[in-house]
Amino acid sequence: MKRTRETVIEKFLLSSALITILTTVGIISVLAFEAVKFFREVSIIDFFTDTQWTPLFTKKHFGILPLLSGTFLTSAIAIAFALPIGLSIAIYLSEYAPKRFREFIKPALELLAAVPTVVYGFFALTVVTPFLQKIIPGMSGFNSLSAGLVMGIMIIPIISSLSEDALRAVPNSLREAAYGMGSTRFQTAIKVAVPAASSGIVVSVILAISRAIGETMIVAIAAGQQPRLTLNPLVPVETLTAYIVQVSLGDVPHNSLEYRTIFAAGITLFVFTFALNNISHWIKNKYREKYE
Amino acid sequence: MNNITKNHIKDKLFSATGIFSTLIGLILLAVFIGDIIVEGAGRINWDFITGLPSRKAEKAGIYTAMIGTVWVLVLTTIISFPIGVSAGIYLEEYAKKGRLSRLLEVNISNLAGVPSIIYGLLGLEIFVRILGFGNSLLAGSMTLSLLILPIIIVATRESIKAVPQSIRDASFAMGATKWQTIQYQVLPASFGGILTGIILALSRAVGEAAPLIVVGALAYVPFVPSSPMSEFSVLPIQIFNWISRPQHEFLVNAAAAIIILLIITFIMNGIAMYLRSRWQKKIKW
Repeated sequence: MKRTRETVIEKFLLSSALITILTTVGIISVLAFEAVKFFREVSIIDFFTDTQWTPLFTKKHFGILPLLSGTFLTSAIAIAFALPIGLSIAIYLSEYAPKRFREFIKPALELLAAVPTVVYGFFALTVVTPFLQKIIPGMSGFNSLSAGLVMGIMIIPIISSLSEDALRAVPNSLREAAYGMGSTRFQTAIKVAVPAASSGIVVSVILAISRAIGETMIVAIAAGQQPRLTLNPLVPVETLTAYIVQVSLGDVPHNSLEYRTIFAAGITLFVFTFALNNISHWIKNKYREKYE
Repeated sequence: MNNITKNHIKDKLFSATGIFSTLIGLILLAVFIGDIIVEGAGRINWDFITGLPSRKAEKAGIYTAMIGTVWVLVLTTIISFPIGVSAGIYLEEYAKKGRLSRLLEVNISNLAGVPSIIYGLLGLEIFVRILGFGNSLLAGSMTLSLLILPIIIVATRESIKAVPQSIRDASFAMGATKWQTIQYQVLPASFGGILTGIILALSRAVGEAAPLIVVGALAYVPFVPSSPMSEFSVLPIQIFNWISRPQHEFLVNAAAAIIILLIITFIMNGIAMYLRSRWQKKIKW
């Protein structure tokens, strides 16, 4: 009696854990299933080489490049902004800051990641864009610069917190050796601690990139909804995620080609984030326990 | 100037850069929130909170969206709490180190990195269409539950891991079975941490708009949802809808609704942080 109870409970717990596997299988098969139907109607060569994306117009083009360029432009701006700041924070907190300050500031920084992204979108559109327009005349009301910068603020805590963990895992004996040679804190940080923690820092940056690529509401609100193949940060663009939102808001009949385009955009997005997450996982495993 | 002075100046310079970087994000956030409060606080009144959506900005309220958010919160908790905690217990207490547990672990960390909008596409195809739930609260909540499962599982595992083996050994020595040990020793001892993780996960779910837009949550819902099968809206989607309109009055509404949403999010995060620090202080093994 007791034994059956124990077995039933264990089976129940196992099946809960297996739901996570089902989720992954579900995501991959749903995306693949709809994408296959999409590529029956649209040539895969056009998909990757056509420079226009106009599935909702009468003259239809299905080139993913404009959505990709929009996604990469906004993400690159976000990383360019967040990386130096996030890394400085990590080095400062792990190598310089007193313990009390660190304990107070870490949860505060995590607040940056807790703010709903639709709120960041509002900031980008109503605060950052008007401000930038004063500095850069002729900048469009929707643009990747302001969306990217605000996205950068959002991902600062990802970089700072994971990099700081990596830096703090560097054994103190290495620092003491550097100090013993007469190094300043800055030299110790840059020449010893950062190189020793480099794998962890790289992982944090990759995860931040993956987060930026998948971010939706900020770019849907502030970057515009005009797919265009450009690297100009001042004009409206559209990202993969913003396109999915745009179609979902409209009345697109199920089982139509337009409906399938959001799955084609979705699988493209998934392939990139999946690859980035696995690379970070691989780096983490390969370089773990280096100092233990 | 010799090298030593130069190096010390560099050291001081970086120290200043570090403090500046640490504060810049928080200062910007404070500026943003200040701007929102200036913009939207005057719009918050009883009519705004209890008002139905309207095409006229000055009449529109957030009542249906707020009730929708509460529904989503409750349903998501009911669905994700038992599954997430069970999966966490399994991985930490039962799974033997082997292929299956490695696969589960890699898979969960991968799921945590999947963009939320992809979960929306999953929900749209599986819950909305194949299972036929339509654009309902149930479909939306199930989608969000899958989205936050990895967070709950990881938090559950971390807190269970913190319970020392000696407690389990003592319980086994008294003749308790594995489940009795978990039920009476491990779970009570780790509950604070699990609760913290769940609240943080739910606060993430409250702020999500993208996956719910994809599963078909509406921007304009003139009625209060009455059952899990009702169509619905939530606060972030209402905010998004108001932001997308050109008239300034709607931006004021959006700012006001953002204040409400931020209050909800910050309260949830505050409770989580409070629980975490209390739990850490209370238990000393």
